[in-house]
This record gives sequence, C-alpha cells and structure tokens, in this order.
Amino acid sequence: MLTLRLYMLQRLSALVMAPLTLGHIATMIYAIQGGLSAEEILSRTRGSVVWMLFYGSFVVAVSLHAAIGLRVIIAETFAMRGRRLDALTLTIGLVLLVMGMRAVYAVTAP
Amino acid sequence: MSDGLRDLEVTVWRGREAAGSYQRFSVPRQESQTVLDVIAWIQQNADPTLSYRYACRVGMCGSCAMTVNGKPRWTCRTHVSKVVKGDRLEVGPLRNLPVIKDLAVDMDPFFDKWVAAEGVFHPEKSRHDPIEPVRPTSEQRVVADRGIECINCAVCYASCDTVSGNPDYLGPAALNRAWTLYNDQRDGDRRGILDAVSGSGGCHNCHSQGSCTLYCPNELDPLGSIAGLKRATVRRAFGMEG
Repeated sequence: MLTLRLYMLQRLSALVMAPLTLGHIATMIYAIQGGLSAEEILSRTRGSVVWMLFYGSFVVAVSLHAAIGLRVIIAETFAMRGRRLDALTLTIGLVLLVMGMRAVYAVTAP
Repeated sequence: MSDGLRDLEVTVWRGREAAGSYQRFSVPRQESQTVLDVIAWIQQNADPTLSYRYACRVGMCGSCAMTVNGKPRWTCRTHVSKVVKGDRLEVGPLRNLPVIKDLAVDMDPFFDKWVAAEGVFHPEKSRHDPIEPVRPTSEQRVVADRGIECINCAVCYASCDTVSGNPDYLGPAALNRAWTLYNDQRDGDRRGILDAVSGSGGCHNCHSQGSCTLYCPNELDPLGSIAGLKRATVRRAFGMEG
C-alpha cells in the first residue's frame, strides 16, 4: 500500500511544508498587526512571483502529502486495495491541487 | 495441591475464528503457576479435546504464545500471578492469524512473510572458501546481535495494529529478521533484502506505534529494526548505500 516511492514523497513533501507553514503563520501574524485590509493584502500579493512560488509550492506539497496520508487511512479503514485505491489517491491529490492552485491564482495573478 | 488458594476462573476460546466462543473452567490455583500450566491442567483434567501448541516450556521454542487477558504473551514464561485479574483469566488465540482450533493458530502467513521479506540467509561462499572472521565488536555485528534472539513466537505480529489494518504488511518479526541479515556481513544479497522490504507491504507501512517492542517477550526492539530498514532504504534512494 505504501511503497518506498510514496513514503519518500510524503516525507519530502513534509520537509517542504514545514518551513512554508511557519512562513505562512508568520506572515499572517505580521499582516494583522497593523490592521491590513483584504484589499491591502491583495495589492501586495497580486503580480508577485515570490508569493506565487511560495503558495504554489505549498499547494503542491499539501496535495502530495494529504493524498498519500489519506490513502493509508482509507486502505486500513475500508480495506480498499489495488487500482481503486490508486485511482482514489490520484483523485484526492488532483482535487486538492486544482482547488489550491485556483486560490493561488486568485491571490497572486496580476 | 492448591495451597489453600482460591480456584481460578478461566475462560478459554473454543472453536474456530467465526464459529467459536469462550468456555469457562475452574482451575486449582497454585504457587508459581504459569498460564501454560493452567491450559495444560484443563486439557489433562477437564477437557482433553482442547487444542493448543507448546514444546519447550522454557521460553525458547516460541510455540506457546496466546492472548492472555487481552494481551499477547508467551504462556510458558507468564506467571498467573502477574496477569490474573482478581481470580479471572481469559485465554484466547493470537490475533492477526487464522485460528485452526481453540488456541492453535495457523502460523503459515507469519512464516510466509519471513520468506517474502528475504528473511533467509543468502550464502555467497562455498565450503571450500576460508571461514570469514566476524568481529563481534564491529558496529554492524552489534546492531545485528540486538535483534538476533527472536524465537518466532509471533507475539509482536499479534500485537501489531498495522498488521490488523493491512494484512499485506510483512510485520515486525519478518522485518526484524531482514534487518539482522542486512547487518550480517556474510549475507550475499543485502540489496535484495532492501528491495524485498520496500514493496507495498514493506517497512514503510509501519506507523511506529511500538506494540512489537512493548510486548516482545525477549525484549527485542523490532520497532528500532524497522526504523533501521527505513533509514537504509532512504539512504539507498539518495545513492548513499553502505
């Protein structure tokens, strides 16, 4: 159910997520200190390649990490195996990726 | 000779997995009585049709493991006084293995996984080669020695929730064996071992809950062995084999 490749993908995506999560929390705390409005935040993120890369890589890492984690939980809880499990893992990953990328686009597109 | 102690109320699993139930027996309590003594007393004095498995009675053969009051134990070395609840003792077959009858489980899946994990020595020399000295103090040998005293009792396998949730998972005993062989300088297929434990039922499925290490009657650390295999496979994936 969890091969070396999937194990590595989950661990490496966690490595990427850890600093990005801290960066995200730090940014949120910083942003609300001076009472920034949504308009003001968007004016800074729109058109920013840095923020697009920051949250884009976050979304990719989350999609991989969550899909593999849910794959294990689903397999052990519902005894799902084989192609059905692979298809469901892929679907979860793609749904998270599309939803996340839409949000990144909305916040960082010029 | 019950030494003036109250009798034990023992419930024992009878029958198969699906069609079975616990049967109650009253067994004379004695000083220094093991759980295996209790089961043997029932079979010899109350019901000769009771099926169970044992051989050495001294904690070497690994054949008498059962579930005692909900926990997997080697019954020949488990004193009643250590596990009894009041006067009650519940004895069932090991978890995670098919029940043949009563307290005897089918160990085939357990040993099949030892083979699947390449838990067999891979010789690369013949009898004509000189004997290769193995330094007992070498780092590799010390690591191998930590896991070598496994008696194949399947207590770790029965205690493992990952095995319960994922029947394909090779389990702690097979992976512990693979780890000892991986650290055996005489083994001729260390790469093959890492391949075998990297598949869909391999070491990466372990959730590190640690029941194997907690319940191992020989106080081995299969959890540590599995962690070692994970590290070794990752090192190889990054091209840092050795």
